[in-house]
Amino acid sequence: MHELLVAATDKPQFLLGNEAIVRGAVEAGVRFVAAYPGTPSSEIIDRFFQFGEEAGIYVEYSVNEKVSMEVACAAAISGVRSLCAMKHVGLNVAADAFMTLAYVGVKAGMVIVVADDPFLHSSQNEQDTRYYAKMAGVPMLEPATPEEAYRMTLEAFEISEKFGTPCLLRTTTRVNHCRGPVRIGSIETRDIARGKFEKDPFNLVVIPAVGRKLRLAHLERGKKLQAESEKSALNYTVGKGLFGIVTSGISWLYVQDALLSLGLTDRVKILRLGFTHPIPKAIIREFLAGIERALIVEEGEPFLEEAVRIVAQEAKLPVEIAGKGENLVPRVFELDTVKTKRAIGNFFDVPVALPEAIAAPELPQRPPNLCAGCPHRATYYSVRQVFGDEAVYPSDIGCYTLGVLPPLRMADFLICMGSGVSTAGGFSKVLDRPVVAFIGDSTFFHAGIPGLVNAVYHGHRFVLVILDNGTTAMTGHQPHPGVELTPAGKVEPKVSLEKLVRGCGVERVAVINPLQVKKTQEVLREFKANLDETGVSVIIAKSPCPLFESRVLKKKKKIVFQVEESCAGDCGRDCLTVLGCPAFMLQKSENGEERVLINEDLCSGCSVCSQICDSVKPRRIS
Amino acid sequence: MGTKDKAVRIFFTGVGGQGTLLATRFVGEAALQEGLPVLMSEIHGMAQRGGVVESSVVMGNAFSPTIADGEADIVVAFEPLEAARALPKCSPLSMVITGTTPVPPFTVTVGQSTYPDVKKLLKMIGEKVRRLITVDADALARSANAERSSNVAMIGVLAGTGLLPISKESWGRALTVILPGKLLEQNVRAFESGFVFGEQSA
Repeated sequence: MHELLVAATDKPQFLLGNEAIVRGAVEAGVRFVAAYPGTPSSEIIDRFFQFGEEAGIYVEYSVNEKVSMEVACAAAISGVRSLCAMKHVGLNVAADAFMTLAYVGVKAGMVIVVADDPFLHSSQNEQDTRYYAKMAGVPMLEPATPEEAYRMTLEAFEISEKFGTPCLLRTTTRVNHCRGPVRIGSIETRDIARGKFEKDPFNLVVIPAVGRKLRLAHLERGKKLQAESEKSALNYTVGKGLFGIVTSGISWLYVQDALLSLGLTDRVKILRLGFTHPIPKAIIREFLAGIERALIVEEGEPFLEEAVRIVAQEAKLPVEIAGKGENLVPRVFELDTVKTKRAIGNFFDVPVALPEAIAAPELPQRPPNLCAGCPHRATYYSVRQVFGDEAVYPSDIGCYTLGVLPPLRMADFLICMGSGVSTAGGFSKVLDRPVVAFIGDSTFFHAGIPGLVNAVYHGHRFVLVILDNGTTAMTGHQPHPGVELTPAGKVEPKVSLEKLVRGCGVERVAVINPLQVKKTQEVLREFKANLDETGVSVIIAKSPCPLFESRVLKKKKKIVFQVEESCAGDCGRDCLTVLGCPAFMLQKSENGEERVLINEDLCSGCSVCSQICDSVKPRRIS
Repeated sequence: MGTKDKAVRIFFTGVGGQGTLLATRFVGEAALQEGLPVLMSEIHGMAQRGGVVESSVVMGNAFSPTIADGEADIVVAFEPLEAARALPKCSPLSMVITGTTPVPPFTVTVGQSTYPDVKKLLKMIGEKVRRLITVDADALARSANAERSSNVAMIGVLAGTGLLPISKESWGRALTVILPGKLLEQNVRAFESGFVFGEQSA
């Protein structure tokens, strides 16, 4: 059985925040889990996928977050506890379902985990998702540690079921990817749940008349949730004094470290909020009444700060309130203990000794890069050879976005999942330049299809290149509907990309192997020549992710490439300056002579370089 | 250095593929085995693509899992350039344990920038912090006939210095938790060779 299912309950387990959420949900009797992977939430669905079957839990990698929320809410409406997990921007995709599900509600507990990413470690923005709880009127819990993530998951199911509403569990990267001791409970064996659905269209089918009725009930439910938040043990006060701090989530940890370091532990009263929507106004009012100054310490937007200011204004309290501001709590990026210390010291006029950090020396950068042998590099190389600098290259979200970096420089515009396809159409209508858009296979299933149908319908003129590496590589090689290779072997894909694209009405479609450079460029030239007359055309560049092949499929490489000693390097060195495969290296000898070599450990044997340069030759290794 | 009443903050840095996260988890698990309060933080995402991998372990009397600039008591670097890049995490009171084998970044291998002279780089680090221990972790692992366990050998060095309030038994139990099965034996050997090196360096 999976280690998360058999973990000992008599001593703490060292769990990742995401694993703690999984364990909490299993103990709560979750029976239906759906998600599209997205850092930092991916391990949640990945762990469920590993043991779902043996634990009697239905688990699916849904094609996108909206779909995941819809399938999961159908389970919850049928009395089956469900969970979906997504990154912050995933909730934007699911927002349509989310906002009205908040009216309709659920019959069994439904928890929506949403993971914010302050500092944009692996995201396109640092939106503060807490406002979604306010906008939708659903309860929200904010854990700070893996232990709390575990306990709050259990509690979120209870709140959800008790009030018949989905419950948000809002985390941030440092909570999801923090590992800490968690005391877990036991898993009660339950039967595999079958749902029970009772027809009730005048509460479940949201036509305007039903929506109006549900909206009123939604507001009533909000009052009950407010009362629940006021008495929740997740909202509590510690310490004493006339200085006050209001905080939630990971910031609570920084506050404790800062006070310890400043020697202020006995002089500051802290209101720690774990149930942050509906915001417990009476608790805040009582807290503010006993202090002179309040500092709100939170990452991101002034979500708590605004609420605290409203409470103070409504109750006409003379307390001085601060939060975001210069020399106070920064609004951008992550907090840490030092930033928190500085804010606390400045606001309460306490001297602060900050650690003397050593200045950063000038060093060569180490940017992430497409792997050696990545078929996306081969595709980018050939497209640039054929379409050059003149073309505009809208891109999308995945490993291939790394193609933005030199020397490839193959991404000109990107905002979100699926935007590569639709923006290409927009560009084609206002520019007199060729447009070639890129999107990965998983991202195409996620959000690319409507854009493609739109482009066909409106005669948008561009080439769409679907980079089909047969997996969701960026987030850890999760499967998707078009997968042909699984650890078990080759399977018939459930959805054929080519048939799908043709079904969308695209007439010019080619499937190529980008590792075959000459053939690829022939097809690209043909597509370029026809760009004026056709609308949208699609090239499916199909070649498996070499990391997926070596790590998941355990495929061994049979061949590597070498640069012949006769290479004089007077060719312009496209290998380094255009292709940019990280297996290549420029070696300088003592006397200043330069030679290009291939690192055979990194070389995947893709052979693309040998098709570009005559000095590169294969060497069989097994 | 650390006790249950004092916090110890250890910052780890390396390059994707060096086993930084597993090594970090090993240290966290050892603290847990010792009964110390402990939290670990890791940043995923670019680990497989040649980027920098950073993580941290905070044990003892502390609450947050991350380490702000100047706050690291110890930096464990699996690569010398990354040791230098992590200097802002250090104060003049910090200690740095670094591997000495360079992994040239892509920008260097293609000739866009130059890898600094390793000796000068290490000297520069040594002058800025309280203590620098340099480790040829690959050689340590090779000498233990455990070529693929350089990361565990590095943690052996950290353990051997005796700077952490963790007993040898707890280190041993932690290793069996994170690396059960057939990989355990070679990692025990790598850890031991690092441990001896650490004791001698302390």
